[in-house]
Amino acid sequence: MTKKKAVIEVKDLTKKFGGFTAVDKISFSVFSGEIVGFLGPNGAGKTTTIQMLLDLVTPTSGMVRMFGKDMKKAREEILNRVNFSSAYVAMPYNLKVWENLATFGRLYGVGNLKQKIKELADFFEITDLLPKMTGSLSSGQATRVNLAKALINDPELLLLDEPTASLDPDVADKTRKLLLQIQKEKGVTVLYTSHNMVEVEEICNRVVFINKGKITDTGTPGELVKKYGHKDLNDVFLTIVRGGEN
Amino acid sequence: MDIFFWPVTELLVWGFLSRYLEGTGLGGVNVVTVLLGALIFWDLLSQSQRAVSVVFLEEVWERNLLNIFVTPLKISEFLVSTVLIGLARIMLVGVVITIMAFFLYQFNIFQLGFALIPFVVNLLLFGWAIGLFATAIILRFGSAAQVLAFGLTFLLQPFSAVFYPVSALPQMAQYIAYLLPSTHVFEGMRQVINTGVFSWQQLGWTIIANVVFISLILWFFYSMFANVKEQGRLMKLD
Repeated sequence: MTKKKAVIEVKDLTKKFGGFTAVDKISFSVFSGEIVGFLGPNGAGKTTTIQMLLDLVTPTSGMVRMFGKDMKKAREEILNRVNFSSAYVAMPYNLKVWENLATFGRLYGVGNLKQKIKELADFFEITDLLPKMTGSLSSGQATRVNLAKALINDPELLLLDEPTASLDPDVADKTRKLLLQIQKEKGVTVLYTSHNMVEVEEICNRVVFINKGKITDTGTPGELVKKYGHKDLNDVFLTIVRGGEN
Repeated sequence: MDIFFWPVTELLVWGFLSRYLEGTGLGGVNVVTVLLGALIFWDLLSQSQRAVSVVFLEEVWERNLLNIFVTPLKISEFLVSTVLIGLARIMLVGVVITIMAFFLYQFNIFQLGFALIPFVVNLLLFGWAIGLFATAIILRFGSAAQVLAFGLTFLLQPFSAVFYPVSALPQMAQYIAYLLPSTHVFEGMRQVINTGVFSWQQLGWTIIANVVFISLILWFFYSMFANVKEQGRLMKLD
């Protein structure tokens, strides 16, 4: 069996804000084609870690490598192969949907942009939304547009920060199915944060738990459920967050 | 439409005031030319400042900064883009107020001569530098400091000798005034209007002051950007 290549390598990554340590010497890897859930309670250090991966926050110490390259030395080259989507980030509401997609396409230097937008619009069923103002979209529509934006550059790595937060169960389910389809058809590697453990069990090959800035456990959802002797990942989450107490 | 609001309002107020003063025959000075010329130049400066800092602020308001900074875009490219958007806005505003000034007050900006173009270019550069400074402050203190995006140039207006000569200022204020590129532009403009002679000396001082200001402000901006990334505040500006 050939060993898969590490798309993300994090080693002893630390972030301190004054006297507070938000991320404390964490190390983990994400391999090509995986969907990895990056889980933890609020304030655990998930967002700070993702922002360090994206060079939005400067680490205090440690190393981030993506595609075998150092983020400090090859930022533009790495970010050209990565994309990001979050429920908490919006796109300019006074631009039409196609204008936003075209703008981000240009920022990534995408060739044949019209064709790319058409493909993504077909894939996410947003063709009828393209001429609409982005500010007029519902949460579900905006999520699909955000995901389309996140795939505009055919990324090899997708970082998703609670992409289904604020969506109703029906749209959230459709979004998860879309993500699985993307991963299957395009072979994209995904690092995924969510507080919805049912969702994580459904789509993630592997999970990494972080709590109080430290990685507390990692494994497949099935392995962790078995290891902790619980019926599902939600109970595992509660056990880890509460320091071993149910 | 918002980019036209203040320039048009100011043009109307100052235009009618100039007409009134001209009617009183005070001192025989061409009041309309001096005041409206100064006003249009001032609008170019304040619009160029606002263009840079408001474009950045709009990205903060729309929660779009993260989308931008996770792309391969370099910060220098982002800054150049804000300058280009600013230039487009200034050209729009410039065309509108130039036409209005001509039809309402028979004031032709081109009568000042094309020799003033280097002054205008320096004024725009200074406006962009101040806009960048306001953006750096917003980066550091968040949108609580957003008022600077709209009005930072007004803090400089009394010292820039826009509507009066530097000699009208108290001695201490004159020292400050001569440090600003904008002061030399307005002094140079008045010299052209009053004597018809282009002042290479004023242009030289403008360029020197601009080079110093732009260098310091670029250094300040990059320092603030690094500091904000260090403090993890880039995504917490709103």
